[in-house]
Amino acid sequence: MSAAAFFAILFNVAALTLVVGLGVRIADYARTPAPLKIPTTPAPATPAGVAWRMFREVAFFESLFKGNLWLWGLGWLFHVSLALVLLRHLRYFTEPVWGWVALIQPFGIYAGLAMLAGLGGLWLRRLAVERIRYISTPSDHLMLILLILIAGSGLLLKFVAHTDIVGVKIFCLGLLHFDWQPLPADGLLYLHLGLVAALAIIFPFSKLLHAPGVFFSPSRNQADNPREARHLAPWAARLERE
Amino acid sequence: MAANTEAPALRPFPTIPALTPGAMAELKPHVAADKIQEAIGFPGKIGDDWQARALGRMGELLNSYRSLKVYMDACVHCGACTDKCHYFIGTGDPKNMPVARQELMRSVYRRYFSVAGRLVPQLVGARDLTREVLDEWYTYFNQCSECRRCSVFCPYGIDTAEVTMAAREILDAVGYGQKYSNEIIGKVHRIGNNLGLPGPALEDTLTGLEEDVKEDTGVDVRFPLDAEGAEVLLVTPSADFFAEPHVDSLIGYAKVFHAAGISWTLSSKASEAGNFGMFIGNYEQLRKIALRVREAALELGVKRIVVGECGHAWRVAYSFWNTLTGIGAGADDPFAVQLQRQLDPRYKQPAHICEVTWDLIRQGALRFDKEANDHRVITFHDSCNVARASRMGDTPGGQFEIPRQIIRAVANRFVEMDPGTTREKTFCCGGGGGLLTDELIDLRVKGALPRMEALQRVVDKHGVNFMATICAICKAQFTKVLPYYGFKMGLVGGVHQLVSTAIRLDASS
Repeated sequence: MSAAAFFAILFNVAALTLVVGLGVRIADYARTPAPLKIPTTPAPATPAGVAWRMFREVAFFESLFKGNLWLWGLGWLFHVSLALVLLRHLRYFTEPVWGWVALIQPFGIYAGLAMLAGLGGLWLRRLAVERIRYISTPSDHLMLILLILIAGSGLLLKFVAHTDIVGVKIFCLGLLHFDWQPLPADGLLYLHLGLVAALAIIFPFSKLLHAPGVFFSPSRNQADNPREARHLAPWAARLERE
Repeated sequence: MAANTEAPALRPFPTIPALTPGAMAELKPHVAADKIQEAIGFPGKIGDDWQARALGRMGELLNSYRSLKVYMDACVHCGACTDKCHYFIGTGDPKNMPVARQELMRSVYRRYFSVAGRLVPQLVGARDLTREVLDEWYTYFNQCSECRRCSVFCPYGIDTAEVTMAAREILDAVGYGQKYSNEIIGKVHRIGNNLGLPGPALEDTLTGLEEDVKEDTGVDVRFPLDAEGAEVLLVTPSADFFAEPHVDSLIGYAKVFHAAGISWTLSSKASEAGNFGMFIGNYEQLRKIALRVREAALELGVKRIVVGECGHAWRVAYSFWNTLTGIGAGADDPFAVQLQRQLDPRYKQPAHICEVTWDLIRQGALRFDKEANDHRVITFHDSCNVARASRMGDTPGGQFEIPRQIIRAVANRFVEMDPGTTREKTFCCGGGGGLLTDELIDLRVKGALPRMEALQRVVDKHGVNFMATICAICKAQFTKVLPYYGFKMGLVGGVHQLVSTAIRLDASS
């Protein structure tokens, strides 16, 4: 099997695993009832207020900011950089490249460096702080190593060992249209792509579920209005009919 | 054990303690005897099939509580919570770090309910549910006071209280219950309140209080019991009936109703606001205990339901009563509507006694001699369940403002403790969540450390001699623990104790 075919199959499997795996988890979260009102108060009393709280939580990590400034700084740096890097990569999947994607290209490159710095800081903290070392499992370290390798290999492809990026884009567009195209022969590129596929496959089975999870967290997504509206889960309502 | 308990030294500059693995591994509460267990519908003993039973119950809980399911998945071990628990700060035991406490259950969740834990358990920290693990659950899930402080700082809002409640529910389901909580729940059902005070004794106590107040003030302040047709049903923790300093707040509530001319009553059926069903995470018990209040309200025909100074009771009342009993508003089902038609929609249902008092103060219906409290320099300890699991008034944070407004209205000398230890960041007293039992005194003393440090600073700086609070457990816990730190036990008291001191009883006439 050629490398192109291998990666084409791998990416299809990875995309399918990510989408189906996440879909199953999200459906499970959505289906599971929250029988009691448990927002961590003070909490907003209206749905609009809840949406604003959730936005602050997801965009700025508000709770983490209250909890630990160093951790907040490193975590936020990593996540914002990752978001920029992901957006920058849209150029490999769009033809012609969307205007705003073209615009953010330089920021995306700096973000790659910032992402690596954030990850390095997070790992250092995990290794150096006794309490965090205590609660770390091997998978916590491996997850950071995986992300560091992805960021590192990506930066090397950009700055040190240029790959045939036009060829990569043809391959990527081919993936989208189920019209498999050849992939440039480049070990570093294989590494980068392989690790990204691994990350996508691991996502729905790992702590990366914090990404969809936060939106379903009752302590953050419930409105503080228990006296004004009766909140009753289906299984709890059944008790009343017994 | 209790005799050897010593308070940790107060630290001038609190830092995060170094880890002392196993520091609290030997401390566990008494296990409930089979009679106590069976009286409230749990197996009496741990049977041979305990593991299947535990995992079965865990699966049911995961499918019944979104909180548990999401919290088991979402944690990334970031460590933001690691230095936030008062029990960790006081003991240094790493398993008292919220994430490590959760991990006791999460490791089992991964092993039996996740793909990764089934395939590569060592890699993701998954463990078999062995008897050792179950014992560890019993130890450390009985060293959590369900105060929710960790959930304030968690980027996903993971609330260890939810995990602790689930763990205790699983332990109960396999016949491994905690004596203190389960015995009390039995008493509520059998006698009507947590302290096991029967109706006639309650009546005597209330008559005695009427005499005391008459002697003290010359005014006939009534403490009615089971008075049908009263406007207000007051549901208060049973400690208010005779424990010190709790009773002084009960006198305060009575004086408020008297001065405002509001007819009110206590109920012998619902002579307890506390609801330990929450502590053990058992929905049926939580509901059954709460339904007593609904029944009393329907029988007595009251228009308003008011809750006395009790932290977890206010959480249950404010956040859960509408769900459990229909005490609230906005329902359209017959069960809740039956009660909601009876209750006066102009008032919040249920209301906290502080909301009632503050509304009356704002209306000018109460008058005070603030100087009567001048011998006190007062600070306010926010109780965890009020602060992080409920509200008062119309705006978020009312649970912080209203008690403080009352204190400022009835006293001249009020100071705040360190802002890192009040409001939503308040520290638990160290005795909440079903841990207020003698055999856990070592934990209770150590868990009080961060609050005691903040208190010491305002004592040194401002001469504080009264720490007001609105929770029966806080009051009982501090009364016991303050002396270990060299404070007088009388330093703690209720907000309505201050109201009682300053209120003018002739105001309404």
